[in-house]
Order: sequence, then structure tokens, then C-alpha cells
Amino acid sequence: MVRIDGRGDGQSLIRARGLGKAYQRGGEAIHVLQGLNLDVDAGDFVAFMGPSGSGKTTLLNLLGGLDVPSAGSVTVAGDEITRMSGRKLTAWRARHVGFVFQMYNLIPVLTAFQNVELPLLLTSLSKAERRRHVETALAVVGLADRMHHYPRQLSGGQEQRVGIARAIVADPTFLLCDEPTGDLDRKSADEVLDLLDRLVREHGKTALMVTHDPLAAERARVVLHLEKGVLVDTVTAGRAR
Amino acid sequence: MKYLPLLLSSLFRKKTRTALTAGSFAVALFLFGILAVVDGAFQQGVDVAGVDRLVVLNRVSIIQPLPLAYRDRLARIPGVTHVTFANWFGGVYQDERNFFPQFAIDRASYRQMYPEFVVPDDQWQAFQTDKEGAIVGEALAERFKWKIGDRIPVKGTIFPGNWEFNIRGVYRGQRVQDDTTQFWFRWDYLDERKSFRKGLVGWYTVRIANPDDAVRLVKTIDEQFANSPAETKTDTEKAFAASFVKQMGNIQLLIMSVGSVVFFTLLLVTGNTMAIAVRERTRELAVLKAVGFSDVFVLALVIAETLIVAAVGGGVGLGLAKLFTLRGDPTGGLLPFFHLPGSSIVTGLALALAVGLTAGILPALSASRLRVVDALRRI
Repeated sequence: MVRIDGRGDGQSLIRARGLGKAYQRGGEAIHVLQGLNLDVDAGDFVAFMGPSGSGKTTLLNLLGGLDVPSAGSVTVAGDEITRMSGRKLTAWRARHVGFVFQMYNLIPVLTAFQNVELPLLLTSLSKAERRRHVETALAVVGLADRMHHYPRQLSGGQEQRVGIARAIVADPTFLLCDEPTGDLDRKSADEVLDLLDRLVREHGKTALMVTHDPLAAERARVVLHLEKGVLVDTVTAGRAR
Repeated sequence: MKYLPLLLSSLFRKKTRTALTAGSFAVALFLFGILAVVDGAFQQGVDVAGVDRLVVLNRVSIIQPLPLAYRDRLARIPGVTHVTFANWFGGVYQDERNFFPQFAIDRASYRQMYPEFVVPDDQWQAFQTDKEGAIVGEALAERFKWKIGDRIPVKGTIFPGNWEFNIRGVYRGQRVQDDTTQFWFRWDYLDERKSFRKGLVGWYTVRIANPDDAVRLVKTIDEQFANSPAETKTDTEKAFAASFVKQMGNIQLLIMSVGSVVFFTLLLVTGNTMAIAVRERTRELAVLKAVGFSDVFVLALVIAETLIVAAVGGGVGLGLAKLFTLRGDPTGGLLPFFHLPGSSIVTGLALALAVGLTAGILPALSASRLRVVDALRRI
């Protein structure tokens, strides 16, 4: 269940209240987000759409603890992240958030295996346990046979799937995907969207995705539109359910 | 260990750049090693000087002699336990380039004065019984492939004529820094053959009972011979050796100046390289922070990279310097103690790491302060 009216029942996985973000430019305050409320339950797949500059990525950054709001609060699984110190927030991100970026952002000199292993280096898992987790994640995204390939040896779609494997390998509470298909051709984009869809439906993941692509948004359970920093409506996507 | 692939991947991202940076450290540390060797060679006389020995010279200059009669007067001074003397010979063996120090020594007292030079008893005895006998240091013997029994012709310069000596013994040093490039022969042979300056010696060396008494004894000795035709200038052996080095100029200042310029340049080159390396990886560092790596980790990662480059490059440079010294003195006898000591290697490595740390700290701080949202948006 996704709500934007601030009347969630308090059981939501992700809850934002009165969320605002403003930047100072030449002495003038630029309000990117204003008084935004949001409730997302566990297992939801939410797409954020809107024109450039509407605040989609800023919202994702705030929900993922990459940025701090100018006003309001974000609570995830009972933890109010907007009150956390920088160090706590870093540790919280490692445990709770899986990021999927538009440009994949793989480290080019590491193999697919080593890229996926990165978040696990922050855990106390043994080498054997890390290997098992990485192999599982790569198998989920269908790249078990590419684990020793470097990013330059993979196609764009495969790189993004490695990026998704990296995002899920530590079993985070939710996934944040910033234009995950923005740099892919249609076929590769569909494969990546199929994968995200499967992660939500079969593995019970919660995913929040920013996209410009209506076909990508269609895969989400709910599509939210942002305009000038305000969530304007909720649409239950056609193909989703 | 689990972070090693991440660290190595950063280092090997631009292999040529990493190799060149490490190469800069290698060249700088090789130079440092050689400068340390040269400094050590000049300081060696100071380092090995006996704390209980005084050197008595003619007050006018080192080349002016002193009467042999001073020996007994020196020996009678309270606090003096032993006296010996020697004379610089300055001959040429085959070619002027074959320089090595030759001393005419007092066979009765010299050995006892310098216990750090070890001569087997039978060889010393053979030296005592042969007026033309000579004792040579093992490095000198090795240099010219001399062996006991060889007859060595030397052309006199200060004391003209063709001189010939029989090698009767080879001495070795008790410590690695002891000079074993000297050639000793009997002063009585010199005094007998020379046609001038008879009964005169180059300088005296006296041993004193208590090193703490050196200042008083220096004064006492010089007062003893004041207002005589050959006034003396007495110094501790260490001060004498130091003044000898100073005559060649301030070697240490020169070495420090060259070394400082090299290391400062290295600092700028490495700092610039690391700044470029960090700038190129802004997005990757931002991703690392996004997935949960802390600011401190990113700081440590960048610093560790520079430290590894510094340690590897510096280690190679110092290793090459060490190898270079193993071939011995390349100057043909001017720097007999051509040795890179372990302490200089440790100092060199510490310097390399300090430069690496200093060069890496600013790029590392900049990387650790990187704001993820800004970094991902910037590119």
C-alpha cells in the first residue's frame, strides 16, 4: 500500500513526513521538495515519474540516506534516518539500502564477482560465506557464468544486472533504482525490468524506482508523479496488477 | 586482507602511471642511498675515532713535523697511558690513480694503540724482523690482489726515490666501518733512508686513561710544548677527524640540500599524481560511500595506495643503492668505507613513507569529504 496523504497507519516500511529540500543559489532558496508525505509498505514496487528537475532523484537520495532534508523526516523500518549522524547513516545504508544506478557504476578494474562482493566486505562474513552470497546473487540475475568477467567484457544490460546483483547481495531492506534502464536499449531494459519485477514478486523485495520511461513505470505496482517538488497523484500501474 | 583486491585494483588501474610514480620514488631513494653512502664515507673517520685517543700535530700545519723527542715527554704526562707516532708517506703505486694511504708507523707502539686493527701475531712478528716489511689492510690487498710475500714497488713523492716493501701481514678491522685500505711500513726504515727531516715524525697519537679528562690533557700537552720551535695543537681523535672532513667543505649541508630538493620535487609529483588519480575515480569513490564504506575507509584507501607506491618504489631504489655499494668503492680509494648501513635504509624507507603520506593526505581528505550526491551528479 502506497499513500501520499500522510495518513499511513504507522506500519509502513518507509515513511516520509513533511519532507522538504531546499538549496541556496545566489542568496535565493530553491525548493526542490516541499512538504512531501509518503508511506510505502514492504514488498511494494513504486515508480516515480516527472519532468526533469521535479525532485525525483533528490527524493530517492533522501530516502536512501545519501542526502539530508531541509525539513521533515524519513523513517525506515522504525529508524528515523534523518536524525542519524553521518557515520551511523553510512552504516545504516550498508545494511538497509541497495542502490541501482543509471550508469551502473561498476568499478572497471574489478571483476563482476568482486564488484558484487563489495557490500559484503563491510560485513563479518567469512570468505566462503561471501563467495556463496555473491554466487547466489549473480545466479539470481542470470550471470553466474560471467562472474570473472570485467565490466568492459559485458554488455550494458549485463553490467546493469551485475549492478542489481551488487544491490541485492547483502539482502537490503529495500532497493533504490535511479533510472535503471535509462542507458539501455529496449531489449536490455526489458530484461532488467523483468529482473526487478521478479525480485519484488518472488523474493519479496521493496523497490523504489525513478524513471522517465513509461514502459518501465508500467512494471511498478504504483506510479507516483512529482511536479515542482510535490507528489501530485498516485496511479496503479496497468500492467502491474 | 579482504580489501586487498580493492586496493590493488586501484593501484593497477593505470599501470604506467603507477610504475612511473613508483619509479620516481625509486630514483629519489637510490639517490638518497648513494648520498648516505658518500656522507658515511666522509663521516667514517669521525664515527670510528677512539674516545680515549688524542692526536698531537704541529701547531703550524698538519704537514709540519714534530721532533721524535716529544714521544718520551708525552709519555711522562700524568693521565697519558700510551704514545705512538706515524708519518704520511704519499707514494705512488704504479699509477697516480691507484691512491691509498701509506703510513710509516712506529713498530713498537702502533699495534697497541689501534686494537681495532687486527694483525695475526706471526705476521706482526715477521713485520718486526723485516725492515722493508709492510702490513696492508684486507680491502687494499683484495683491491690489488696482493698476498703475503709480494714485493711492492712504490715511487716516493714527498720522500723521493723508488721504495720497495715486502708484504708481511694483512690486517682486518673489527668493525665493518674500520678502514682496511691502509698500507703500513716501518718508520725506522723511512727515517734511515730519507735524506732530510731525520728524527722527525708526522704526528703523535696518545691514549689517555680517562676520556673525561680529555679537555684538561689537551691543554696540558699544548702548554708543555708552548714557546718551543715546534708548538703543538692537540685534539681528540674525533675532533681531528671532523676537522679533516670540514676541510673538504660542508659535505653534510651539500647532501642535505640535494636530498631536500629531490624529496620536495617528489612530494609535488606524487601529490599531483594522487590528486589526478582521485579526481578520475570520483564516481567510484562515491559509489563505495553509497554502498556503505565510511569516510575513514576511503581516506585510508587513498593513503594506503600512496604508501604502497612509496614503499615499493623506495624499497627498489634503496635495494639498487645497496647493490651498487656491494661492488665496492667506485672511486678507486677515495671513499674506502663505501657502505649503505641498515640505519640509512630504515631512514630512507621512513622518508619515502613520510613523503607518500604527505603527498596522499590532501587527495585522501578530499576523497573522504566527497558528498555522494554531488559526486554522482557531477559526472
